[in-house]
Amino acid sequence: MTTAILISIIMTLVGAATPILLAALGELVVEKSGVLNLGLEGMMLIGAVTAFGVTFTTGSASLGLVAAMAAGAAASMIFAFLTLTLTANQVATGLALTIFGIGLSSLIGQNFVGRTVSGLEHIFPAALADDPIGRVVFGYSPLVYLSLVMTAFVAWFLTRSRAGLILRAIGESDEAAHSIGYSVIRVRYLAVAFGGAMAGLGGAYYSLVMTPMWADRLTAGRGWIALALVVFASWRPLRLLGGAYLFGAVMTLELHAKAAGINIVPPEFLAMLPYLATIVVLTLISIAPSGRRNAAPACLGKPFRATG
Amino acid sequence: MRLRLEPRREASRAMLYGTPVLAVALTVLAGILIFSLMGYDGLAAIYQIFVAPIADPYRWQDLFVKAAPLITIALGLAIGFRANVWNIGAEGQYIVGALAGTGVALATWDMQGYWILPAMVAAGILGGLLWAAIPAFLKTRFNVNEILTSLMLTYVAVQLLYYLMRGPWRDPEGYGFPQTRLFSEWQTLPTVVQGTLVHLGVPVAFFLAIAVWIVLSRTVTGFQVRVVGLAPQAARYGGFSARGTVWLTLLTSGAFAGLAGIFEAAGPFQQMTPQFSVNYGFTAIIVAFLGRLHPLGIVLAGMVLAVSYVGGENAQTALGLPYAATGMFQAMMLFFLLAVDILVRYRLRVVVPADLSRPVEARHPPARQAETGAHVSSTPIDKQRESLSA
Repeated sequence: MTTAILISIIMTLVGAATPILLAALGELVVEKSGVLNLGLEGMMLIGAVTAFGVTFTTGSASLGLVAAMAAGAAASMIFAFLTLTLTANQVATGLALTIFGIGLSSLIGQNFVGRTVSGLEHIFPAALADDPIGRVVFGYSPLVYLSLVMTAFVAWFLTRSRAGLILRAIGESDEAAHSIGYSVIRVRYLAVAFGGAMAGLGGAYYSLVMTPMWADRLTAGRGWIALALVVFASWRPLRLLGGAYLFGAVMTLELHAKAAGINIVPPEFLAMLPYLATIVVLTLISIAPSGRRNAAPACLGKPFRATG
Repeated sequence: MRLRLEPRREASRAMLYGTPVLAVALTVLAGILIFSLMGYDGLAAIYQIFVAPIADPYRWQDLFVKAAPLITIALGLAIGFRANVWNIGAEGQYIVGALAGTGVALATWDMQGYWILPAMVAAGILGGLLWAAIPAFLKTRFNVNEILTSLMLTYVAVQLLYYLMRGPWRDPEGYGFPQTRLFSEWQTLPTVVQGTLVHLGVPVAFFLAIAVWIVLSRTVTGFQVRVVGLAPQAARYGGFSARGTVWLTLLTSGAFAGLAGIFEAAGPFQQMTPQFSVNYGFTAIIVAFLGRLHPLGIVLAGMVLAVSYVGGENAQTALGLPYAATGMFQAMMLFFLLAVDILVRYRLRVVVPADLSRPVEARHPPARQAETGAHVSSTPIDKQRESLSA
């Protein structure tokens, strides 16, 4: 009995952590290239509604996932064009992207409100995925495994691959990287597109896996938590994984307390927890010993215009 | 033939004022296109959104009522944005301000007196101010990013609103509906024009715009805010405290948002309901930018956004255009503004490739940053001209 509860808690935790992990991984790469995209929430919503719409009309959840990534990346290109080509302010543009995504997703989603889709299928055989114990390892949505693979990939990419090193160099010193011949703007475009695709994927998790039903503002500010997570993780992929699961635990607390009918604390206060936890964690990370404090890429948020 | 962007010697004043108009015009064009693609009559939709509210004098009062909170909040935000302090949580400060004022209203519901409304307004201002003090404290004491904290506190404020409406503040005679009792006549804002909805918050918004304009342009405090935003190092050198500026701008924007909140609760709403949060705090960000962070520009931008709100309702009833389209439309306005913003600092020039004899105008001094503070500075734009293939 207690094992069953424990397993269900772990599974809720992983489920709650996965979409913010996916989105935060993308944002981490974007920020490592020196760009601050505050439009995460908007791109996630656009991904969520696209995944739902495509899955609903075609019946194929995998097609929905691909469409969500494409839509997230497309939305991020608006941001990229404005901030990278036209050197618009990144904070303002990111905010505009979020407001835009909220509007666009509820506009597209109005025909889907309350509809349901059949979500993604397990990748492991039912014998493993439905086993009361085995499901804690094999019973997740494919996106959960993908998020773990992507964590490892991003960690490898940033520290071991040539392209990753170039990307980091550009984030630390765009001028220097430019002067030795790297195309700052092109790399940043690619990073932003990757971030958009990952945010779209994270959004898709909400509409296809967590609640296979469309509702307005489905992501409820999780995109902002993902942004905070990148700061919390001091721009390190593995720490991001830990942070995402920590937030997953906080959100699980809310869900399980509700399910268990715990009435001592009003549900609204439990719903505040992830946001309060974000503030506390951001504060703690700022008081932490120096070294971590200056982990932000040096060129983060600063516009760049190449010499002719 | 190519289009080329060349840095301007100085930020163009004509473009500074012209680009918001251009942005609205582009949004209108894009709107016609998008609504047509969605299967609506694009021209009719734009007429409903942008022309009908102005053409119908009966809707003018709605415009002013909608514009008042947007202008009030945006004025506060603009002060911060000028100093590169990014208060994104005005919506939360707006809600908490309204809640604080409502608290006073509920405590005095069976009392009478002219002091009640001022007390509510004072509580509203204080509520918004205190909610903004949290990110200010965390920023100045621990250097925690104010964008994230102020935004997180908005979600907390929304939950606080839900809790109070569902629990302690629910109207005991309200048949279980999660909303407070109606405010009494001592607790509601008077209208300033007989027979209309135009309440006291409208002239206050206009008055605040003038006050902020004077403070920003004529006082040392205003100068401090601008210098800290444009040239942080010079500001430090000149003895202006960066910390003090963070406190000043966050508390001011919080107070303004709180004021807008209690005005909205004691004016159009006359009670608190869970539907109180309508994202004025976020739309005000668009207003601030569209108004070029200038108090008088903000008044105009607030009216434009109010038109789009009222027009959005029009289009909903007349054409069945979903209300969500309004939000998207407003965001597009900001997108276009940010896009055409480059014309302030650069000029577009048509270049014929064969013409190689033209002198290279590369010896320009650095183009000065637009005075708006909307640009993270440190762009090395003293570089030569840039080309953009078109």
